[in-house]
Amino acid sequence: MDAPPKAIVGPSTFVDDRLGAGTFLKRNLRKIFPDHWSFLLGEIALYSFVILLLTGTFLTFWFKPSMGEVTYTGTYAPLYGVKMSEAYQSALHISFDVRGGLLIRQIHHWAALLFVGGMMAHALRIFFTGAYRKPREINWLIGIILLTLALLEGLTGYSLPDDLLSGAGLRITEGVMLSIPVIGTYLAFFLFGGEYPGHDVISRFYTIHILLIPGILLALITAHMIIMWVQKHTQMAGKGRTEHNVVGAPFYPAFMAKSGAFFLFTFAVIALLGTFAQINPIWLFGPYNPANISAASQPDWYMGFLEGALRIMPSWEINLFDHTIPLSVLIPALVPLGLVMTGMALYPFIEQWVTGDRSEHHIAERPRNNPHRTAIGISAITFYGILWLLGANDVISANFKIDLYTTTWIGRFAIFIGPAIAYFIAYRMCIGLQRKDAEVLSHGVESGVIKRMPNGQYIEVHTPAAEDIAEHIRGKQEIPVLTGAPDGEGIPPKSARTALGRLRTRMSEAYGTDRVPLGNGHAHDEEHEEEHAAVGAGDRKQLH
Amino acid sequence: MIGTGISVNSITARRRHPLARVAVVALALGLLGGGYALAAPNGSTADAAIASGKADDVAQGKSLFVAHCASCHGLNAEGTSKAPTLVGVGAAAVDFQVSSGRMPAADAGPQAPRKPRAEWVTDDAVRDLAAYVQSLGGGPTVPSAEQVDAAKGDPAKGGELFRANCIQCHNFVGAGGALTYGKYAPPLNPATPTQIYEAMVTGPQAMPVFNDSTITPEQKRDMIAYITHVRSQVDPGGSGLGRIGPVTEGLVGWIVGLSLLILASIWITAKKRRAQA
Repeated sequence: MDAPPKAIVGPSTFVDDRLGAGTFLKRNLRKIFPDHWSFLLGEIALYSFVILLLTGTFLTFWFKPSMGEVTYTGTYAPLYGVKMSEAYQSALHISFDVRGGLLIRQIHHWAALLFVGGMMAHALRIFFTGAYRKPREINWLIGIILLTLALLEGLTGYSLPDDLLSGAGLRITEGVMLSIPVIGTYLAFFLFGGEYPGHDVISRFYTIHILLIPGILLALITAHMIIMWVQKHTQMAGKGRTEHNVVGAPFYPAFMAKSGAFFLFTFAVIALLGTFAQINPIWLFGPYNPANISAASQPDWYMGFLEGALRIMPSWEINLFDHTIPLSVLIPALVPLGLVMTGMALYPFIEQWVTGDRSEHHIAERPRNNPHRTAIGISAITFYGILWLLGANDVISANFKIDLYTTTWIGRFAIFIGPAIAYFIAYRMCIGLQRKDAEVLSHGVESGVIKRMPNGQYIEVHTPAAEDIAEHIRGKQEIPVLTGAPDGEGIPPKSARTALGRLRTRMSEAYGTDRVPLGNGHAHDEEHEEEHAAVGAGDRKQLH
Repeated sequence: MIGTGISVNSITARRRHPLARVAVVALALGLLGGGYALAAPNGSTADAAIASGKADDVAQGKSLFVAHCASCHGLNAEGTSKAPTLVGVGAAAVDFQVSSGRMPAADAGPQAPRKPRAEWVTDDAVRDLAAYVQSLGGGPTVPSAEQVDAAKGDPAKGGELFRANCIQCHNFVGAGGALTYGKYAPPLNPATPTQIYEAMVTGPQAMPVFNDSTITPEQKRDMIAYITHVRSQVDPGGSGLGRIGPVTEGLVGWIVGLSLLILASIWITAKKRRAQA
């Protein structure tokens, strides 16, 4: 190969001598990234964020964050001559009079939906594979802050056009603020600059939406990525994969090519949606007027669970010293959000406390191999999902011809019963899948070959599982369990002497005890030879 | 359905029964024959009635009424335990209910749905029935063609009134919405301008009355202009997704958007499995 041309050598040596870029790149370009489809879920959010920044910048060129009243004289005829805020007028202007404006607006909005969706899918992947375990707890917490900020970013974003639908969301925001005891009224007056809706909220939300939150998001995403880079990505269990290595493709060129392609995929899907699916048609909603409200007023999907909580909440309130505490607003606004977000944030630490596990983990766990964690996760998804569904209860009622109050009452019961049932089902499924794994290891997989024995019995020949699958299954990690058993002299360990300590050891045993050890299939090794025939006899039933 | 122990499915199944069509035709023929038999005795005075115009409509209407409506509303429209009196509801109410197929009602559900008209319900029959009910005690009349001419209305003004008065039940583009106890605000898309006007002046079923002192006839025409303009509008942003707001948007975001991206991620990380040695 020829030496690189002088035009390249000159500047690159200059940079290298001063910044040491060469060594940095040499070290980092070879960074190994493990390969699994679920590791790309976070990139959906990352690339959506890039698209959001670019399209958002485009929108700021024309958007006017002002609540000053103007009369519309643009091209959308059904609103001609209608009085509206400057913000709404400029959003209509972007939609109808700026070239490509509607497309960019729609791409921006679709990207926002996928941004939060990607984050949530990514967070679920992390949770179910236990990738939040030591040393990654801090990155997990950063992720939860990112998710919370994304919800706020969405709320401030869809409030900006000042259309009738966004106004409904703003009104609920105000109601939630007012419901906070003691400081609620002050808080609402502070945000809205006086009596609702005031003249300030759009410009304040604008600053928060385009400057404050994106700035924090950008900083935290950078931190999230750097920490991931330094700590290295977790990998799935498999052949040659240990807690001390990373098996995969180098960042350059393999991973970079894949990741770059995935950006193009993300952009393609969002552009496709922005082109063919109308989103947030503000011209149909009309300008905001606090006296008006439309049927089917829903927030964007990621706020749906809060909407649902509000809709199924009974109208309870407490009157205390001439002050009303509206539990009907306070509870749905704070409890589900608190349960989901706080629960997620604390989970790594609660798990550590329960299992007493202080070791580092770099191999992702399969969800089935930690059945209680998986069941807790599924039950949380069910809790969230029921609230989310109930946020659309009027649309469900109108389209599926179910009485509106019936949906409310189903929701009120389902929110308690649903997660419990989901927990049980998920737990049993994990145990069942573990049994399947144990069986695959001990008996192999069905080969499809039926053998006739000299005595006339038919059996199906089992072949050992493929090596990569077997290794993947054998990667099952033991969950540590705290022992509460007394020592030789009948004295229980120090940690198990208090009531809390006893509870902790009991929880630890329930959480960590392996119900289906992989070696179980070999427990009666001496009978192993007959085992296949026995399985064959069992299989014979399925043959008929 | 609710409370009757009959599931919607069984009704649908019965409706789709091979003999259902025959049964409906037979029923319609029977009703037509019955209606004709009752209407026939008036034939002798037909000439005089045609000359005077109105009397004929009323008489025709009464016979139609006796044949198709009286079983619930009473022989003289005085009302029964099953249905209210029609004295004073006006021709507009009759025209709205019968021309949209809501009356005669199919069964006693929470709300009579819009449905295809029975065969006897011709425009003439509706006019006759309306004239008869109008003769009983007055009430709002059917609007003139000019009163409901969308071209003469101002859609922008109508839009403001529409948002202030209609969308909390009918949704921001008139796509309809849910009400309590199995009732609902129907979609406005199939309603004719005349029916929209009549609904406002008569307040059918769960709907309140918007009389001429609340909303003037000119304002009603503006609202009709807005409703018809918006419902015929081609969605500039692609598919309207049913025009029911963020619920379908979220659904599409997850089912189309995220699914496609997950498929893409599976595709680019897929490995060719090596054949086993």
